[in-house]
Amino acid sequence: MPEAIATEDLRRTYRRSGRDGSDRVALDAVTLQVRPGELFGLLGPNGAGKTTLIKILTTLLLPTSGRAWVDGLDVATQAEAIRPRINMVSGGESSGYGLLTVRENLWLFSQLYGVPTRTARERIDKMLAVVSLADRAGTKVSQLSTGLRQKMNFCRGFITDPKILFLDEPTLGLDVQAARAIRAFVRDWLAEKPDRTLLLTTHYMQEADELCDRVAIIDQGRLLACDTPEGLKRQVRREATFEIDLAPGPQRWEDLAFVPGVVRCTATVDANRSVLRLALDEEPVVGRVVQAIVERGGHILRLRNEAPTLEDVFVRLVGRNLEAGEP
Amino acid sequence: MNRVALFVRAAFARAYPRIVGLIREPTWMIQETVLPILAVAAYALVYRTLHAPDELVAFVILGGAMTAFWLNVLWAMGAQFFWERDSGLLEIYVLAPAPLMAILAGMALGGIFMTLVRAVAILAVGLFVFGVRLEPSSWLALFGVFALTLLALYGLGMIFASAFLMWGREAWHVVNLLQEPVYLLSGLNYPVRTLGTVLATIAAALPLTVGVDALRQLLFGEAAVGLMPVGWEVALLAVAAVLFLALAAWSLATLERRARAEGRLSTRNQ
Repeated sequence: MPEAIATEDLRRTYRRSGRDGSDRVALDAVTLQVRPGELFGLLGPNGAGKTTLIKILTTLLLPTSGRAWVDGLDVATQAEAIRPRINMVSGGESSGYGLLTVRENLWLFSQLYGVPTRTARERIDKMLAVVSLADRAGTKVSQLSTGLRQKMNFCRGFITDPKILFLDEPTLGLDVQAARAIRAFVRDWLAEKPDRTLLLTTHYMQEADELCDRVAIIDQGRLLACDTPEGLKRQVRREATFEIDLAPGPQRWEDLAFVPGVVRCTATVDANRSVLRLALDEEPVVGRVVQAIVERGGHILRLRNEAPTLEDVFVRLVGRNLEAGEP
Repeated sequence: MNRVALFVRAAFARAYPRIVGLIREPTWMIQETVLPILAVAAYALVYRTLHAPDELVAFVILGGAMTAFWLNVLWAMGAQFFWERDSGLLEIYVLAPAPLMAILAGMALGGIFMTLVRAVAILAVGLFVFGVRLEPSSWLALFGVFALTLLALYGLGMIFASAFLMWGREAWHVVNLLQEPVYLLSGLNYPVRTLGTVLATIAAALPLTVGVDALRQLLFGEAAVGLMPVGWEVALLAVAAVLFLALAAWSLATLERRARAEGRLSTRNQ
């Protein structure tokens, strides 16, 4: 079985409008593979090249050099064969004919894929229920808010039952409840048929962490890392960190730094508790620390393993957080 | 799904918003009927004041009706991809398996339906206000020539649409430039032979000129002062229809590929 998506040394440049006439590099030597059945995440700041990559994979844009395949088909030469197998939804997209209702718009888009009207109706009803838009099915799109239009467009991606779906920031600007419903649906949709594949770009680290089987981090057109969320976290985790809350007492805790395996120890003390922040060579060292605390008469209220987040991974690799945007 | 069924489904779906628009936005009717009627009435009244032959008033009425189709081809079809790109719909159409020709066929179908309302309104004013009499030598030939003219015209519109796919705003200016010269060369308000042999021959390259001239000859016989025999005009229209549709298919495929290469199919290129 071919990879659902594969790229090899993919490069895309855009001609800059200006005096120097130099090209802007949007993608640079990107090589990646997405397996059938995977939910693959692309993380990167604005201008990182995520949308360019998606546009190449969805046959809207040709690469400047390198190659890309979707379901084993070359995006440059076999676009017509790829198109029935894919669909794409972009977050913030407000497409649709304003004078048509939500249901009519979705039906119209389904016809571009040859979905029989009866099947289209069933899928539309199901999808509108998923995004809590069933009560607006007969409302003209011109009367919908941006968020509701976005929900409609999310439905558009699924009613054609694509084998490979590209979601570009699908929950951008949606309320928490809607975003949660969409994430739950995405998981169920993939579980329903094992050969479905989904490529997702998102600004929300937690969303990527929660949903994706693997995540690629991309910045300034280059692929910086690609692994499972856990694998990525392991890459940046050089020391184990713990936070321990202790009942107030006369003890001084800074000298726990002398316990073998403890790299750093800081303590903050207030009237109600002492909070220790520990960096350890490895996780099992925490046992020795706990023993040392108990031997000194300390009373542990809470112990928390501070695992790195995808955000930490991102900051370590990119040098800034997502909100910081372009350098 | 086979390609023909997909083509038909996509074309009908794209025609749907235009047909539905007729009912859902009734104010549009005023713009599409009353205003063109006023423009046509002005010409007809000038001819009446000058005591011109009745056929000239009939020419203006027929020309006014056919102008509607020409405008539809230019702005509601050729330029439509420009709007669709700006509203994000073009991406959806391009990445769908339905061919762009089907989308354009749908626009044409919906456009013809909308434009018929305008054309019928103008004809109705001609018949009931100005007393124009339509007595064609053959209704079948009249409808045949009308259909052939539309086929050639909308084929030309599809070529314009492919230009818009690639050049957008630049194509807009070119089409704007085409509007008035085509009015003049098509002889929509007078017999095209009045232009003289050279200009009339150049004008014969436009399906609108040939179509309108053939329709007039079928309606008014020798009084139409025809450019060439109707049989020749029918042959010219048939060739133009086939040629334009084939050229449209080729240019759509070619320019879509170029637009993909140059990143012109969407407004966001990050």
